[in-house]
Amino acid sequence: MAMLSFEKKYRVRGGTLVGGDLFDFWFGPFYVGFFGVTTIFFAGLGTLLILYGAAVGPTWNIWQINISPPDLSYGLGVAPLAAGGLWQMITICAVGAFLSWALRQAEISRKLGMGMHIPWAYGMAVFAYVTLVVIRPVLLGAWGHGFPYGIFSHLDWVSNVGYQYLHFHYNPAHMIAVTFFFTTTLALAMHGSLILSVTNPKKGEPVKTSEHENVFFRDFLGYSIGAIGIHRLGLFLALSAGFWSAVCIVISGPFWSKGWPEWWGWWLNLPIWR
Amino acid sequence: MLEYQNLFTRVQVRTTADPGLPIDETFGQRYGTGVFSYWAGKFGDSQIGPIYLGFWGIVSLLTGFIAFEIIGLNMMYQVGWSPVEFVRQLPWLALEPPSPEYGIRIPPLMKGGWYLIAGFFLSVAVATWWIRTYTRARALGMGTHLAWAFGSAIFLFSTFFFQPLLVGSFSEMVPFGLFPHLDWTAAFSIRYGNLYYNPFHALSIAFLYGSVLLFAMHAATILAVSRLGGEREIEQITDRGTAAERSQIFWRWTMGFNATMESIHRWAWWFATLVTFTGGIGILLTGTVVDNWYLWAVKHGVAPVYPAQNVLTQEQLEALRGQYPSALNRGFPTYTVPAPATPMVDSTAAAAPAPGGM
Repeated sequence: MAMLSFEKKYRVRGGTLVGGDLFDFWFGPFYVGFFGVTTIFFAGLGTLLILYGAAVGPTWNIWQINISPPDLSYGLGVAPLAAGGLWQMITICAVGAFLSWALRQAEISRKLGMGMHIPWAYGMAVFAYVTLVVIRPVLLGAWGHGFPYGIFSHLDWVSNVGYQYLHFHYNPAHMIAVTFFFTTTLALAMHGSLILSVTNPKKGEPVKTSEHENVFFRDFLGYSIGAIGIHRLGLFLALSAGFWSAVCIVISGPFWSKGWPEWWGWWLNLPIWR
Repeated sequence: MLEYQNLFTRVQVRTTADPGLPIDETFGQRYGTGVFSYWAGKFGDSQIGPIYLGFWGIVSLLTGFIAFEIIGLNMMYQVGWSPVEFVRQLPWLALEPPSPEYGIRIPPLMKGGWYLIAGFFLSVAVATWWIRTYTRARALGMGTHLAWAFGSAIFLFSTFFFQPLLVGSFSEMVPFGLFPHLDWTAAFSIRYGNLYYNPFHALSIAFLYGSVLLFAMHAATILAVSRLGGEREIEQITDRGTAAERSQIFWRWTMGFNATMESIHRWAWWFATLVTFTGGIGILLTGTVVDNWYLWAVKHGVAPVYPAQNVLTQEQLEALRGQYPSALNRGFPTYTVPAPATPMVDSTAAAAPAPGGM
């Protein structure tokens, strides 16, 4: 059950980081491993806490369920469950689950003889999340600076925090992050299109070759980055988007507390203009 | 633990440059024979050029250049033709769309006319570049997936013309300028009750983040199996090897589900294409079907009703009466049609003795 036709020969023991053979087994299509167990623990507990938070909250409307961080007055202390303590425990569960997931990816990579690119890449997303709910709140001195867990409440948080700095688009790191997000998507569209257009050619034509990939982009733009290069570029662009997102929020507050449009004053006042 | 992760190319092969597969060069031709760059070769392919240039490419470059020049010369005019001030103020400079009083009529050149002309040439450049994506693929007998993906981006681009047309004012178009186009996004969002409550804006962002996630997952997977030739995706699609098998099994073991070497590129194409497609729908609905996205979200039970903030006492309200230059009859600002522009009155004089209560 749940095995691909060629999967059986890959299901062999070994490659675990922790626990030896004890957790070296599969559950349906999933590989378990020690970190699968910790993932289940943290993800399960966190989900139950979210459900509990929703149950004691005012609504079951999926869009409006909201679990807020503690009030700023609690600083970096522990808050009562109903007043942000749930948020704190859910955050611990989330970080635990994310790190378990990354380590599980590392174990699976080892079992399959693959490089460590996937767990490292995933680590960048975890880093951005930790920056939002741990690093920045700690730097600002209160867990209340974390974002609330809810579908529209987290959008409200983004909107409100953005306007606290008058106009967040003027944050230079935000500019870099957004540029990387758009560029990644452009590159993804170009790469996905290229592979599909080579394997799904004009009606009646045979499948094209990797030479067609290169020649198309040289004809089109004068340069083809190549089969390995596009994946290096894609990984770089995607990770940069995550990295600069983390930077843009961690500098807002801890390192710059005025409006972001004002930050650009240094440019207008450079000595070279005199 | 430390092992080679194939992030850079260590051995580069040099031979004669690839001139490209034969194509019909009646209406255009390849220029250059290809040169090699050592540093490009560290990261990707070392060969740069040749490039094909035909009728549509030339039209696109020319019209794009004209639009670029119109924008730049207007900015130069705004800083009194001072090159130093041009560089200094460049991020703040803009070629602005026509002001609201012109509606969707043609304004004088210096009142938004140049803006419309620049927009026209930019649109021609984009459209002819689309033709290039189509004809270059067909010239090699390939599918036209890139053209349709680019078409989705052009759809979003076009909504920035059609939405203002539908609400009857070219003044709502996006200014050509670095910071000013950012100001436009904030102003547009607030004018229509915060675009965060626009479900198509939410979808567009979800696809944007999803695209970045997908590319990180896909690119990392391929690099992780590059030891086994995983980057040769066409070969892996048509004749599955162990690289494709491991990359599929990795995700199956990780999350219980996997794409295939071909279908991951379909996921990629749809995610990237839907960013601009859903975004364009969100723009077209704004101001035409929905005037205020927050109120729309409240009406449909998506957003909660927030308590009114900064509620003013009657005395505070009275103190503010008549403080707004455009407010009629010493009243408060309203959302009705603004009165014809009048010179700003001296606020201290206006705030002096309030005649007869209310």
